[in-house]
Amino acid sequence: MSLLELRKLNKHFGGLHVTNSVDLTLQAGEIHCLIGPNGAGKSTLFRLILGEHHPGSGDILFAGEDITALKSFARIHRGLSVKFQVPGVFRGLSVRQNLEIALQSRHRGTELEAEIGRLLHFLGLESEHTQIAGNLSHGQKQWLEIGMAVSLKPRLLLLDEPTAGMSPEETHLTGEMVQRLNADGMTVLAIEHDMAFVRQVAHRVTVLHLGQVFAQGSIDEIVADERVAAIYLGQAHA
Amino acid sequence: MTGLLAMFRRLEGPQTVGRGPAFWALFALVLAAALAYPLFSDGYTVGNTVYFFVWVFIALSLCLIWGYGGSLSFGQTAFFGIAGYGYGVLTINFGSAYGFTLLALVIAVAIAALFAVLLGYFMFFGRIAGVFLGIVTLAVTLMLERFMAQTAGPEWRIGAARLNGFNGMSAMPPLTIPWPGEPIVLFADIGLYYLVLGLLVLVYLALRILMNSSFGNVIVAIRENPERAEMLGYDIRKYQLITFVIGAALAGLSGVLYTVWGQYITPSSMGMTAAALPLIWVAVGGRSDLTSTVIGTLVVLAAFQALTIYGSQYALVFMGVLLVLTVLIAPNGLVLGAMNWLGRIAARFTQRAG
Repeated sequence: MSLLELRKLNKHFGGLHVTNSVDLTLQAGEIHCLIGPNGAGKSTLFRLILGEHHPGSGDILFAGEDITALKSFARIHRGLSVKFQVPGVFRGLSVRQNLEIALQSRHRGTELEAEIGRLLHFLGLESEHTQIAGNLSHGQKQWLEIGMAVSLKPRLLLLDEPTAGMSPEETHLTGEMVQRLNADGMTVLAIEHDMAFVRQVAHRVTVLHLGQVFAQGSIDEIVADERVAAIYLGQAHA
Repeated sequence: MTGLLAMFRRLEGPQTVGRGPAFWALFALVLAAALAYPLFSDGYTVGNTVYFFVWVFIALSLCLIWGYGGSLSFGQTAFFGIAGYGYGVLTINFGSAYGFTLLALVIAVAIAALFAVLLGYFMFFGRIAGVFLGIVTLAVTLMLERFMAQTAGPEWRIGAARLNGFNGMSAMPPLTIPWPGEPIVLFADIGLYYLVLGLLVLVYLALRILMNSSFGNVIVAIRENPERAEMLGYDIRKYQLITFVIGAALAGLSGVLYTVWGQYITPSSMGMTAAALPLIWVAVGGRSDLTSTVIGTLVVLAAFQALTIYGSQYALVFMGVLLVLTVLIAPNGLVLGAMNWLGRIAARFTQRAG
């Protein structure tokens, strides 16, 4: 069953065609990685899916429903959730309060406290719970934001460079975290440059180039594709 | 007992400084002193204290919208003026019998709030934010000032109420409580003092509960990172609008109480100076905390008045210097900085004792 379906999605910024007739289908239960050189339109595609940008033409279907015209918060209610590229935590608030804000619309009272405790444990941030989020290390901020995104229990989790700035160990741990979430039934769409991470988690990979779907397949197929290697080396126009 | 305890718990939280028995004991002490104070003072001084209290509501409105919500409104005085003039027009036309002045207070505040619904809808649903919000709100209050200043002619009247242009409106009846025998008229001394003090305590406690609720959580989340807040499923425009309207109502309450206090209201109450001063009180006190805002506002107001009375022509310049010093020394507010410092000392003290 397809969970997310993008049909002939187009987006222009002035004369720049950043999303060029993109068709992309995500099956429920898969981990799908989106790769491509800088400026390929990956983050713009995320913003279209999230409703922060609106497409010039084309449709976005989520679980069979057309959500193209929905506001961002309404899409979140349908079961979407996101971790941004730059850690989007509430910097001036404590770690605990960050999680409380994410969880409070679903849980109340002692149940809320228990849920916060469970999530702190999951993220390994128990000893930092009174810490101001802005003081966390970069990796910890990434995890905190993943935790907030996950706490919504989304059907589709969007991760924009979840391992940026992480050490190889942290990257591997993040990969395991994503696999655990996927095992619980969460579909994941991740933008990622770290090929070790992609190899670790991806069921399928889509390569985006100049706003278009350039190639699609398993990680082995993508790595073997000479055209993909060429665009990363900047020879695609030749 | 448990109910009382639960209520106390809702008054405390990460969004407000001050918690625990020590804080509330101090609060009770200050309140008792405030209640007893008129018995040991003269009518003029009490009336002057009411004048200080009146401004605290508009300061709290700014604390809510700017300090907690992160939206700098430069035009809270617009709601102040609308409600003030509203009270004047209503009571000059309909008088003070049958407790109508109390109803007029409520209606005037409601008019200010309604205006905020309209203005706020276009601003927040039009996604106006940051410095542009400040510009729009400032433009609105200056426009209202200009408009009211040119209403001197006799054609500018609403019923029996002349708007009177730059000189403003005066001689509206004070608040009057209907009472068997003779109605109680709240002139600007002891009577009005207790009413305003009561309202102040009520608003302060209610705002503490509001800011420490899940609603308050969303408000500060929007201040910290609006995009993240929206991506957690919150319709941030709605939350911003509600906060703006509550703030407008508080600024309106200030306006009505000011009008009631002096029995006059002028266009300059919506002018540039009037719009800028509350920002200074709130910034100096500590915009992101209710208690700091109240203390800061009262202290700065008293200092400002003392400066003006004792002959200094430079009171306004001093306000500017104070703002610059705050931004340089304690950007989160001088009172808030001092309270946090005291809190840390107290924590260290109890740690050592334990």
